[in-house]
Amino acid sequence: MSTNDEEVNLRQRLSGLSRLPLLRGVRVSGEADRLEKQLERLKTDTTDEEIWESVELARHPERPYTLDYVARILDDWVELHGDRGRADDGALVTGVGRLDGRTIVLVGHQKGRDVKERLDRQFGMAYPEGYVKAMRVMEIAERFGFPVLSLVDTPGAYPGVAAEQHGQGGAIARSQAAMSRLTVPTVACIIGEGGSGGAVAIAVADRVLMQENAIYSVITPEGCAAILWRDAGEAKKAAAAFKPDARHCLELGVVDAIVAEPVGGAQTDHDQSARLLKGALVESLEELEDVPGDELRRRRRAKFRGMGVFA
Amino acid sequence: MSEARIDVQVEHRHAPAPADKKHPNTCPKCGSHYRDDELEQALWVCSHCGHHFPMRARARIDWYTDEGSFSEDVADIRSDDPLDFFDLRPYTERLSEAELNTGLGEAIVVGQAAMDGHAVQLAVMDFAFMGGSMGRAVGEKLSRACDLAVERSVPLVAVTSSGGARMQEGILSLMQLPKTVCAVEELHDARLPLFMVMAHPTTAGVLASFASLGDVTIAEPGALIAFTGPRVVQQTTREKLPDDFGLAEQNLRFGHLDAIVPRPEQREYLLKLLRLWS
Repeated sequence: MSTNDEEVNLRQRLSGLSRLPLLRGVRVSGEADRLEKQLERLKTDTTDEEIWESVELARHPERPYTLDYVARILDDWVELHGDRGRADDGALVTGVGRLDGRTIVLVGHQKGRDVKERLDRQFGMAYPEGYVKAMRVMEIAERFGFPVLSLVDTPGAYPGVAAEQHGQGGAIARSQAAMSRLTVPTVACIIGEGGSGGAVAIAVADRVLMQENAIYSVITPEGCAAILWRDAGEAKKAAAAFKPDARHCLELGVVDAIVAEPVGGAQTDHDQSARLLKGALVESLEELEDVPGDELRRRRRAKFRGMGVFA
Repeated sequence: MSEARIDVQVEHRHAPAPADKKHPNTCPKCGSHYRDDELEQALWVCSHCGHHFPMRARARIDWYTDEGSFSEDVADIRSDDPLDFFDLRPYTERLSEAELNTGLGEAIVVGQAAMDGHAVQLAVMDFAFMGGSMGRAVGEKLSRACDLAVERSVPLVAVTSSGGARMQEGILSLMQLPKTVCAVEELHDARLPLFMVMAHPTTAGVLASFASLGDVTIAEPGALIAFTGPRVVQQTTREKLPDDFGLAEQNLRFGHLDAIVPRPEQREYLLKLLRLWS
């Protein structure tokens, strides 16, 4: 088999699983050699070492966060604050902006850069108030027909006393329910850590994308290791066992496509990462824009209902 | 040397059981001890202090429903091992052990039944099967329970008892959150009610999905109902925890529950709801 055939074959195999093109955004960047390199990497099975590398890159302190992307891909950004009840959660930002000429609503987790901002934003771990704020802006999106974009980057929902008292579990459940009811196009992208319930709360979308070095998992590797191995130090083993990397998520049908990152990871070039992400978001929205709202909702629910169906 | 070793073994054989390893029929709250038939008679509630022992799914179904009315659905759905997951033991081994020990195919039992003549769909979780954890099979069965309720146009009565998502199925178990949420949304679109009973414990992924979407939600006294359990909160944040942290009583005070209903009164309570919605 020639290299070209192999490539076509691989693309078919992987996109057959997701029914969508692989490595979104590559078309935009137009760099054929990188595509080749990425395909090369995908051909060989991901090793435990590579999975752990993803975990480390997904948590890299220089990795672009939601507001870094907002500044680079949106025009006329207006951040909307507060849940109209109790607080404004800095770990989850929401707002309205223009993406490639169309008004969209964006929700996304936000981590901090320096110590003070990290504390203010609770390391990207939202309180129930954050999810209530997200539901509030989703209502705006539904009312005015704006598509919803969400950028997921959280170790998990905040695990504290007040968060529990304010109803963390219920807020996460209702946020998913709100997303499953929307009749506007929705696109989510895991841009760093997709940690458990706190992540999926804003990721019940028509198209779920995942950056090449992002992770998406039911529990942190450390948490899993502490429970199953009774030793948080076994995080590497745990990650290798539950496979939170993009490639496995694509293969399992959990995400629809992988978004390319600059060589070495998104942290090496924020502008380039943003260009690739923007291309993928626009491409996904274009696919959804002509579908009637009821049909969007029907297909979205059918997609999530199909997660883990037995043959 | 070998003599000393034998001595130690003899010592250990006669040593009293450690204090935290109580007999399952001994009340952990007041120390009262019961015979099996006494506990069964009392619906596994301590008649001295009111502590609720765990109640198995089939026993609960027998007690909630009219005699002989229950017929099980989707009983053949079993978990498989999508990730070839291996921690200290293979996941498949844990699964077969759970099946042998509980006599159940999975951590949830689904079926149709009548309660005082009212037709209902039931979905009852069982903590004894791998901590009631939700993997693909549990998510699928709960979702089918919603579908069947819609098909038969009857209310869904669900009982939760679960530690959360099943880690051994990785990201696919996380996907059971949106999956079950979408299934409940379909039930609600059909204008059929979900009556939720939260037993100890209802935590993490189950609380953060279908369990929080009941039209009416009640809990058993003393049940732990929390997204993050007390141990993890304590370890992560070093916060001082209130005495009733995460318990049903605290959840009621903060507005997350409609009522706390002791087990012996639950059937009557559910019947009242079924009459109101009929």
